[in-house]
Amino acid sequence: MPDNSAAKYRRVSLLFAVSALICLPFANLNINTLDPWTELGQIGYGFLTPDFSNPALLLEALGKTLAFAFQGVMLGVIFGLLLALFYQKTIVRQFSAFIRAIHEIFWALIFIQITGLSSATGVLAIAIPYTGIFAKIFGELLSEVDHKPLNAIVKNTKTLNSTLFIRLPLAWKHIKTYTCYRLECGIRSSAILGFIGLPTLGFHMETFYKQGMYDQGAAILYVFFLLIGTSRFWLKSKLIPLYVLASFWLLPWSSYGDWSLLMRFITEDIVPAPLKQPDLTLTEKLHALGSWGAHRWHNEIMPGILNTVVLSQISLIFTGVISLILFPWISHHFLNKLGRASGNTVLVVARSTPEYLLAFIGLLIFGPSMLPGILALALHNGAIVAHLIGLYSQSIKLRDDASSGLNRYFFEILPRIYRQFLAFLLYRWEVIMRETAILGILGIPTLGFYIDSAFEEIRFDRAILLILVAALLNILVDQIATWSRTRLHIQHRPESL
Amino acid sequence: MSSVTNEQLLPIVSIENEQLSYASGKKAQPVLSDLNLTIQAGERIALVGKSGCGKSTLLRHLRSSLKEPAWCPQDPGLVPMLSVLHNIYMGKLNQYSWITNLFHLIRPSNEIKLDIQAVAQQLEIANLLQNSVDQLSGGQQQRVALGRALYQQSDVFLGDEPLSAVDELQAKRLLDHILSAHETAIIALHDVNLAFSFATRIIGLKDGQIEIDQATTELTPDDLMRLY
Repeated sequence: MPDNSAAKYRRVSLLFAVSALICLPFANLNINTLDPWTELGQIGYGFLTPDFSNPALLLEALGKTLAFAFQGVMLGVIFGLLLALFYQKTIVRQFSAFIRAIHEIFWALIFIQITGLSSATGVLAIAIPYTGIFAKIFGELLSEVDHKPLNAIVKNTKTLNSTLFIRLPLAWKHIKTYTCYRLECGIRSSAILGFIGLPTLGFHMETFYKQGMYDQGAAILYVFFLLIGTSRFWLKSKLIPLYVLASFWLLPWSSYGDWSLLMRFITEDIVPAPLKQPDLTLTEKLHALGSWGAHRWHNEIMPGILNTVVLSQISLIFTGVISLILFPWISHHFLNKLGRASGNTVLVVARSTPEYLLAFIGLLIFGPSMLPGILALALHNGAIVAHLIGLYSQSIKLRDDASSGLNRYFFEILPRIYRQFLAFLLYRWEVIMRETAILGILGIPTLGFYIDSAFEEIRFDRAILLILVAALLNILVDQIATWSRTRLHIQHRPESL
Repeated sequence: MSSVTNEQLLPIVSIENEQLSYASGKKAQPVLSDLNLTIQAGERIALVGKSGCGKSTLLRHLRSSLKEPAWCPQDPGLVPMLSVLHNIYMGKLNQYSWITNLFHLIRPSNEIKLDIQAVAQQLEIANLLQNSVDQLSGGQQQRVALGRALYQQSDVFLGDEPLSAVDELQAKRLLDHILSAHETAIIALHDVNLAFSFATRIIGLKDGQIEIDQATTELTPDDLMRLY
């Protein structure tokens, strides 16, 4: 077979398309509301008439959102950096992979059982997965530094010393840049944590939207857009220490909650129920555990995994399609300055709105099915990938007699961006899988749905088991994505995990 | 190919007292001033001069004044991920609707394949048609760019060092193909001997001016030395 790059890309794309097609019959795509257009109209009207009449509430929610984000991300940076120093050790890499495979909302659901709706819950829910993310990115940054200074030092210098004195200073600039980028993600995570009860922007948004107060809900969303949209003006590395200090004033450690339940949670609550029955022998206990496990498998794990995978694969394909449709909107190969500015605005709004929020609004409009989940994931992630490949396409220089319009799109630009496009899509795959599980909390029967139900029924053993399953699924997808990238010879720094 | 001779005097492009500059990215391109030039159909012109003397600027200007000439730029501008076949096909993109082009991108018709096969055979790359361009050597890539220009089937060929990466013998063979396929050819070259072997007229550029513009029969290779 002749060596042909385009054919290789086509085979990979076809593989993804086929996997989505196989998933399609299993997907519930019904519209379950009687009149989606009226609901949509009312939500739209709310956006036109936002109600800012309660600035005190807006300000407090805004402050709390930022405080959770800054404290959580800062703890993540500190512990992530510590882990990154030892990132060459397999155990550290696996540990980091594991803690970041559990979504911040799942961490929050766990901590709510121990410390209630306290500051600790919100801060730790962000800090723990972000530690895993920072460990990975910082670890890679440290290993990729210029090797010349390392070769110049005394041969038997301890690894830790050379890391601290050479690698860390060399990588410091990138570490700072990445931390700033992650802070923006942290703000999004913090806002979303409101949906499970913490006092951030998401909390009020959910309350207002559930009560049909779309004008007040829209006001919160506008504040959120303003916050993210202006971040490059105020989110500067020099100001971060100041923000962290301010966050302790807004969210003092004294409100960190009661830890007395921790031991009980670990030693009793999460132990599978059959093992806790006092009057059984060991063999009887193991037997009961077996049927308990089988029951979990048939009723929760299998349907949960199936729905998570089905929703992810379909969303992944739509993400790809949307990004390929949208990226020309911000590329000078297709549009003038004015056109590109409009494209940029649309992409900024779509990518700064968390998919959870989009899905929430989608559910109000379409009712509970996979449709709002697919739309939300595809729109948000599609806008991110479109932004990245749009930027990349700007660096392509065409010859003088290159074609224009759709001929230019299909023959000149698309083949040239396709490798990067696949790379970004593969990086988003794991993110989509993580988010898909989370959408279960909104009522789409993915793993998150069963996890949320288990917490509601106070069956912590079941909840923890399902969270572990979700984590393993994420790790598996991450492995497949890494393997595919190597096969395709795509090496590209991830913009986000 | 109709045999149009110089005596018929059909100007295809005429430049009078023009000043040419070409902004291309950040790199400033050489400027040509007080330019007077008329090119007749049927002429075979070699464009010579030191690198950076304005050959590319002049060729670009000619390209924009002519109606869809076959264009073979110095930087081949190929799409590396696409096959040789598709890169050659791109010479005719403007002759079909975009939807037809899209079909041919996914599955080229047999007719198209045969046409392109014929072009590729002349350029000695017929065995590479299905390979993507990123797998080819520099000389092979240059021939693909040449193939794209030939496939345009235009009357006029404009080439900017189109043979710089192939060996001498092959350059002669390729040049023959270019000449037999185009009524008029204007080719920038650094190889003076190759220029004398085909051109009916030689234009030499120096310091932003036309230094030499004469029929080849009136020149010897030594006359060109003052350009360098």
